[in-house]
Amino acid sequence: MDNLTDMTIAAAREGLRRGEFSATELTEAYLVSIEASNGAINAYVLVTHEIAREMARGADDRLRRGEGRALEGIPLGIKDMFCTRAGITQAGSRILNSFKPSYESTVSSNLWSDGAVMLGKLNMDEFGMGSSNETSCFGPTINPYRIKGTDIPLTAGGSSGGSAAAVAARLCAGALGTDTGGSIRQPGALTGIVGIKPTYGRCSRWGMIAFVSSLDQAGPMARTVRDCAIVLESMAGYDPKDSTSVDMPVPAYESALTGDVKGTRIGIPKEYRLDSMPAEIEQIWQRGIDWLRDAGAEIVDVSLPHTRYALPAYYILAPAESSSNLLRYDGVRYGFRAEGDDIVSMYENTRTIGFGPEVKRRIMIGTYVLSSSFCSDHYLKARKVRTLIHQDFERAFEKVDVLLTPVTPSAAFPLGTSTLDPVRMYHNDIFTVAVNIAGLPAMVVPSGVNADGLPLGLQVIGRAFDEPTLFRVGEVLESAAGPLPRPDVWWR
Amino acid sequence: MDEIAHSPPHSKMIQGISGFWEVVIGVEVHAQVLSKSKLFSRASAAFGGQPNSHVSLIDAAMPGMLPVLNEACVSQAVRTGLGLKARINHRSVFERKHYFYPDLPQGYQISQHESPIIGEGHVIVDIPDGTSITVRIERIHLEQDAGKLIHDRYPSYSCLDMNRSGVALMEIVSRPDLRSAKDTKAYIGKLRTILRYLETCDGNMEQGSLRADVNLSVRRAGEPLGTRCEIKNLNSIRFIGQAIDYESRRQIAVLEENGTINQETRLFDSKTGETRPMRTKESVRDYRYFPDPDLLPLEISQAYIDEIASALPELPDEKKSRFMSDYGLKAYDASVLVADRNATFFFEEVAQGRDARMVANWIINELFGRLKKEALDITISPVSAYQLGSIIDLVVEEVISSKIAKDLFEIIWIEGGEPREVVEAHGLQQMTNTGEIEKIIDNVISANPDKMEKIKLKPAMIGWFVGQVIKKSGGKANPQIVDRILRKRFDFLPL
Repeated sequence: MDNLTDMTIAAAREGLRRGEFSATELTEAYLVSIEASNGAINAYVLVTHEIAREMARGADDRLRRGEGRALEGIPLGIKDMFCTRAGITQAGSRILNSFKPSYESTVSSNLWSDGAVMLGKLNMDEFGMGSSNETSCFGPTINPYRIKGTDIPLTAGGSSGGSAAAVAARLCAGALGTDTGGSIRQPGALTGIVGIKPTYGRCSRWGMIAFVSSLDQAGPMARTVRDCAIVLESMAGYDPKDSTSVDMPVPAYESALTGDVKGTRIGIPKEYRLDSMPAEIEQIWQRGIDWLRDAGAEIVDVSLPHTRYALPAYYILAPAESSSNLLRYDGVRYGFRAEGDDIVSMYENTRTIGFGPEVKRRIMIGTYVLSSSFCSDHYLKARKVRTLIHQDFERAFEKVDVLLTPVTPSAAFPLGTSTLDPVRMYHNDIFTVAVNIAGLPAMVVPSGVNADGLPLGLQVIGRAFDEPTLFRVGEVLESAAGPLPRPDVWWR
Repeated sequence: MDEIAHSPPHSKMIQGISGFWEVVIGVEVHAQVLSKSKLFSRASAAFGGQPNSHVSLIDAAMPGMLPVLNEACVSQAVRTGLGLKARINHRSVFERKHYFYPDLPQGYQISQHESPIIGEGHVIVDIPDGTSITVRIERIHLEQDAGKLIHDRYPSYSCLDMNRSGVALMEIVSRPDLRSAKDTKAYIGKLRTILRYLETCDGNMEQGSLRADVNLSVRRAGEPLGTRCEIKNLNSIRFIGQAIDYESRRQIAVLEENGTINQETRLFDSKTGETRPMRTKESVRDYRYFPDPDLLPLEISQAYIDEIASALPELPDEKKSRFMSDYGLKAYDASVLVADRNATFFFEEVAQGRDARMVANWIINELFGRLKKEALDITISPVSAYQLGSIIDLVVEEVISSKIAKDLFEIIWIEGGEPREVVEAHGLQQMTNTGEIEKIIDNVISANPDKMEKIKLKPAMIGWFVGQVIKKSGGKANPQIVDRILRKRFDFLPL
């Protein structure tokens, strides 16, 4: 226990229960680490020291009385997409400048009622729109991993880049992320951590700032599959305040971790084998297939014929909904306001200055695809594609229990390389968006490093509400891959 | 194809310089749903209140807030649909309708566009000329009301009151089946009556809980439909009539001078009685409708509809037929009574065991007139159903004359009391004692010898004598008895 911040949530939970250390000690260790590291990593946009200490004290009281709850005393970071009573919530945008919610998102509130400790708010792409964390108004988060022998800053991915980097750099035990088109899985892969995007409707969206309402889903990011299972169990559940949340009991995810995948059918979708795929991605994928086969799983080739339409459909559906969701940021009631001569110029000035270029680009695309003259060419067609993609998965899951695919087309890339070319940035989501379109659960599991020493991950996709199988398969992959080499600590 | 339900007779048309013009009108009524809380939030839907005191986080469109459909509003819409004999759609979809305006905090209104909750129905409307028309309902959909802007508080700022923001509205869209201001006023009146019977909207136009947009075009008899203009946000039946009269004459005048009508939205100015185009610069809005991803499609089972149907009250048309068949009322009296549901309760209470026609007469001619004069609702009538019943009984029992009954009604209106006791106390009983009446007759005859001469030549003069005797009796002498005794005295008169 020489380094408290190196402990997994499962290990810390045991240590706390046994009284080997206190929640206060654990929390202080993280606060010290954040203090020393955040200047370089830029994972936190806000550290809630006092709240953290107060929550830790409360946890210690309960632990002392033997009344510790599922996450008692576990220090977590919260993506700035979640409205929290503590501090401010900006979703990485200037337009929500100094916005202080009077309410707590259902998901974060579930964590606190299970005893978790809030360390602060984590950096993200503005409103979730980005794959490199560079669209944040707080500047990009930096990946703790570097290409061997260089000091070029690499992206931590996006949009949950702050959450991913904080978990990877030991600046929190686990974090809340959100995933709309890959925002948990892509940064998870690029920073060598585990993350799961649950089934749409599994976690409440209430109090989570809306990006694409029909795709957004909150999920945990942590260092192990087990840790994700522990956190998801606390987060998930029906919420009458979210009409799209599903009223189904939350299974005991941790008990699904049997380590046994004998006879489990693993589908390998042939359409995910891209011509342009780098060899290292191809290799890690093959390695994952071999691991699962060796563990007794059955490997089945499957087809998801409409896969190639997923990315274009996503980049119509997502801007369409987000252009609508972002209309409320008008400078009238909260957040940033730029004055004008009249109401129209106030709107224009506020939104021109308040939103960054990527957000404005998507508002324009979304407004365009919904306009009456083009709606049937774009938006309505994209909705049809959505149905087809859904059917693809349904057919595949008649034959298999989970699908195994790559997560990202490459390892972490240097900052500044994707923002110049938005379409190239959108391409990062090629393996992840179909899952959101179909509303399915999917997990990223760190599976190895490339020649440069950068992490690579694999994606496991499951049936709707079959997170237990995902965790079970994910854990087998995780142990087959073994722990990834830790990055050299250059940031403190 | 069947765009137009009926073609009116010339009497309903407007005569221009060049001939007769037909006015074609369709109405969109926005009726605020009577419900405790708003369509998608738990905030109070009550009218008034301190500005911004009925506002939830959802109504203020705070980040991360999600709408949750209020089932009570759905049931009210279904009730309304059933009351308008309309098709209830088992599946409907809420969509977002986008536009920027400070009174619309979300930047979009949640409404129903392609799949409304209620489909085709109809309303039978009695026109004051005695005819009736059937107005087809195209659809009813549920949507959110907007907030209110207050411009007169500060010189350079406007204030926003979001109490109304998110209150449920039913938009009731008629087919273009109306042909005049009279038709339209009667239609709105009938619709309001039905909504009040159903208790799904209070119909208070002055509080804005019922507002109408009127679509109007004109055409020469037999020609295809003309270009229509929409007159927005009319909030009284009188204004609707004025706006239609003005707008139809305006359109006819333009067309008769070979001008063209622009399809546009117009506002009615109640001060001038004229309509004028809304900001001409306003470009055509593109609302960019799409299904609201925060809400699931609304699915309604037949059992749910049946349950609401089984609790439906008796509606005005049915009540009118029943009043005619059960109470023997004339069509006109029945329709006057059923126009106000509370009046029908009052009527039925009084009519119990009494001459229903007489009761209807009393209510329509005396009570309604008096209530109207003081702008009172029948539910708080100073003369109760019991009191009116007693007054009528006293007339029927010949204790008082009809004339005295009116005086008694007035006394009860002002002072209250048990009518029988009031009659005693004020000595209002009819004089039936022939001896007393004979005495008064003697006095009248002896005081008017000249009239006695005249009546011999002009028998109709008897009316004058009857009048004098009743007057001298203080109105208490029974006119029939006076007449009978006088005729006996004036045996020279033909019987």
